[in-house]
Amino acid sequence: MPIDRINRDEKLPALKLVAVQYGILLMMLALLSGLWRLQVLGAENYRLQAEQNRIRKVPVLAARGKLFDRENHLLVDNYPSVSCFLLREQIRNADIDLPLIAKGLNLDLEQLQATLRRYKTAPGYQPIPIKQDISADETAFIEAHRNELPELETIDEERRLYPRDGFASHLIGYVGEISEEDLNLPRFAYNEPGDVVGKAGVEETYDPLLRGEDGSRDVIVDSHGREVGYLRTQHATPGQDLKLTLDIDIQRAAELALGAANGAVVAMDPRNGEILALVSHPSYDPNAFSVRINRTDWNNLITNPNHPLMNKAIQDQLAPGSTFKIIMSAAGMQEGVAQTLRVNCAGGGSFYGRFFKCDHHHGSIDIHEAIPMSCDTYFYTLAQRLGIDTIAKWATNFGISQKTGIDLPDEKAGLMPSTQWEMKNFHQKYYAGNTISVGIGQGETQVTPMQLLRALSGIASNGHLVRPHVVDSNQLPAQFRQTVLDNFPGSGDRDVPLQPDTWMTITDGMAAATTPGLYHTAEAAHIEGVDFAGKTGTAQVVGGGDTHTKGGSHTPNAWFVGMVPRRNPEFAVVVLQEHGDWGSGSALIAQKIVLAYVNKKRKAEGNLQPDRAGADKPVEVGAIWSESSTRPRGQSQKDAARSAPEALHAGHFFVQPDPTPKVVASSLFPWPGWFTHYQPLRFKEKHP
Amino acid sequence: MRRFLSFRDFDWFLLGLVLLLCTISVLEIYSATLHTKYIGFHTKQIFWILGGLAAMFLFSKIDYHKLLDFVPWIYGVFFFALLAVPVIGHKALGARRWIKIGPMLFQPSEWFKLVLILAVARYFANLGGRNLTWKEIFKAFAMVGIPMLLVLKQPDLGTSLTYLPILVAGLFLGGINLRQSLILIVAGLVLIGGAWSSGKLLKPYQKARLTSFIDPNNDPKGAGYQLKQSLIAVGSGGIWGKGAAKGTQTQGDFLPIPHADFIFAALGEEHGFVGAFFVLLLYFSILMRLIQNAQTAADLSGSLVIMGAVAVLTFQIAVNVGMVIGFMPVTGIPLPLMSYGGSSVLFTFLALGAAMNVRMRRFVN
Repeated sequence: MPIDRINRDEKLPALKLVAVQYGILLMMLALLSGLWRLQVLGAENYRLQAEQNRIRKVPVLAARGKLFDRENHLLVDNYPSVSCFLLREQIRNADIDLPLIAKGLNLDLEQLQATLRRYKTAPGYQPIPIKQDISADETAFIEAHRNELPELETIDEERRLYPRDGFASHLIGYVGEISEEDLNLPRFAYNEPGDVVGKAGVEETYDPLLRGEDGSRDVIVDSHGREVGYLRTQHATPGQDLKLTLDIDIQRAAELALGAANGAVVAMDPRNGEILALVSHPSYDPNAFSVRINRTDWNNLITNPNHPLMNKAIQDQLAPGSTFKIIMSAAGMQEGVAQTLRVNCAGGGSFYGRFFKCDHHHGSIDIHEAIPMSCDTYFYTLAQRLGIDTIAKWATNFGISQKTGIDLPDEKAGLMPSTQWEMKNFHQKYYAGNTISVGIGQGETQVTPMQLLRALSGIASNGHLVRPHVVDSNQLPAQFRQTVLDNFPGSGDRDVPLQPDTWMTITDGMAAATTPGLYHTAEAAHIEGVDFAGKTGTAQVVGGGDTHTKGGSHTPNAWFVGMVPRRNPEFAVVVLQEHGDWGSGSALIAQKIVLAYVNKKRKAEGNLQPDRAGADKPVEVGAIWSESSTRPRGQSQKDAARSAPEALHAGHFFVQPDPTPKVVASSLFPWPGWFTHYQPLRFKEKHP
Repeated sequence: MRRFLSFRDFDWFLLGLVLLLCTISVLEIYSATLHTKYIGFHTKQIFWILGGLAAMFLFSKIDYHKLLDFVPWIYGVFFFALLAVPVIGHKALGARRWIKIGPMLFQPSEWFKLVLILAVARYFANLGGRNLTWKEIFKAFAMVGIPMLLVLKQPDLGTSLTYLPILVAGLFLGGINLRQSLILIVAGLVLIGGAWSSGKLLKPYQKARLTSFIDPNNDPKGAGYQLKQSLIAVGSGGIWGKGAAKGTQTQGDFLPIPHADFIFAALGEEHGFVGAFFVLLLYFSILMRLIQNAQTAADLSGSLVIMGAVAVLTFQIAVNVGMVIGFMPVTGIPLPLMSYGGSSVLFTFLALGAAMNVRMRRFVN
């Protein structure tokens, strides 16, 4: 409906417009009268208020949430501390007071002047932190000189107390003063300069929960900055405590086992992705950051060639070496190639006109032997059969070249070459000869320890891959849980359907690697009676060739991924030693960590391993814990005796070793080793 | 009668006044953000102003008759956008006001002001200035009132209140008689009283903000604290002010958001009564010039478009300056052409563009 043309000759009545004009004039006069009242009549009064009755907001800092391990052992605590600030608004002549301040606070005068110079451009109302964590004597000095030095202000805060010696420091992270660049980021929109925020690890990811909400105290000060009273205090809301998935005992074992070596260890529960231990060496002391870190320490940290600040577990991208053969085997089995492939290893083989070396003359072998022996020739051949794109497809399925989505900042994605990748980055066709190296985990392929652990334990879990995480998400607010998922995208939880023979062959192959046998790569890491499976990797570094000089920069990186039990593992560990030479060395480290886990479980079940009594003899089990404490309540002894298969003699059990092997994939100890006999007797309730 | 348009008919005098005000705004934003984390916002404001100018010229090129022909469609589209906000809206600062289109945040409620100015002008122009029946009055109420309620629910009290003067101006100029307006005023007061005590329409913090201006000491931390700091800032400015970038309240971080809602307080502190008077005089001149343009407009619809813009601008100035000097509650309504903010600048320039549009066609018929 177009606008009526008839009304085009209508005009607004002039009288009404004049009324509007007078209305606006009246409004303006009203506003002017208000301004007159304030600025002319009340000017003196308000000037006094502005000068004398100024409200200064003194922040009441919130205590950060504490961190606990999975069994509620305290990991990160706070301690009360006092910091000293300088208020520049109150300084009449700073230079005169500085020597006195420096003396009283045990500061270097030049250093103090340098601090002031650094803050020269900062806004005038912003207090300058001049000394943190001051002693009782220094607090007394400030109190005693309130009148001479009104510019000094103390603030009580809660300071972070981290474990010593860099224990789990890469997982926990550290806090520090917010940087200028961070202030411009949207997620720090509500932060002010000088705020303390998480800078790495859990401290960074979960900062919004941990930091709580600062309160404030409105202090009334006169024009000289002296407090004349305070209006009211808004109390700070402390941050939320968080329970990590970390197990302090496993973490300790992992730190000790890795020792002084450079590298990383991650232990995970592959059933749910909970990280039980995460070590990255060399480490740093996060306590150094919680009080302002001094320049030389910082320079040492960032110039150290071994990158102590780097979380190698998720940021070190290296060739996977022979550990990649597990992914190769899965690809080969799934594609139906590896089942029938039999290769004759004569210390290597020729592919595309070039001789590729193997460590031994393995002879004629198939997939069942190739995995534990880690025969290069076999996997060269398999790689040639599959081709780079099939390999890349399966590697990507298992999460290589994607972030895992772990809830720690700055995870790296790694790299998986393919024809598409080659075309995109080098604008050329992929050279088929490179596929041969890729088959044994060399070439351009790069993985992080975290990716490798997730991929291999995922294959052992019948293709069930998990999103690793260090904080149990059940304790998080629902909205924040989603934020974490959004902020840390990755391949996450996913199922890659595997054929039964793929799963069986690979897990059996990995189990064989840790059992004694000819050329079995990790036989030294064998744990009697524990169903321990794994794969070693000795990844040559660029320009390194075949040198095996321990610790040299050309020495290969030593990998090992291990898990217990072999199928559907409940505990998996990856060990990376940078330039650690042979992967079998890393296997020994993994063995110690697995033993720590197994022993912890035994202890929890009251089932600690005594000295070895002989593998085939019946073992007597103490009657005290097995008789009454484990029996379900309300069940008579008679029922129990009937339902228990074991013989019951005067309160003692004699348990015979079971000669027939049976695979119980869901249990940690399915093998008929002697350890099995120490499992507590559980009386099953009978259901009629 | 001329059949062609020329930019000679553009209101260059009005534009000059507006640009003078914009210059003062940029300088005051610079001064007020000098020591805060918002430093550098004055350059952003310059870009907004340039964008606003371009939008204004473009907008004045389209014949407003054509706009008025299309306005029911535009109204429909934006009404649906308002309906969609609670469903697909983007949440920030505790309110759901924005719709995300690509990287841009789009605030339908801000644009709806402009749509309402046009829609109300069309509605009353079609009625032709004769006496209104109750049915016609209620239609006008529905046209403005329903979007107002939608915006109030977002919650955005400030923006929804700016719709009201458009309705009032339309009714007053469109031909409501004294008896009808008295009845409406009484009914309105009763309704507001009812809504206030029912507690459904306004959230407690909104109520607190609205009442704290009566006794600022009652609430020294929240809105009352803001108001008190604002009064101290303006009052301590005195007659001549403390000088540019020398206001202790503004620079010392006592004055809340001194570059946006409280920019008039910063101005009052640093340039005193004289500076504030000058700025108010500029506003007065701009409004008078707009009304003059409404008088010379070719037809009723053109006059009503300009008067709609006048109504919104007058309301915003009265409420914002009134808030700064303690006459009005703290509602978060920006001062047009002075406060920092892209959508406020864009809206004001588009409203001015509509006025220019009408003026340029005053001889065309």
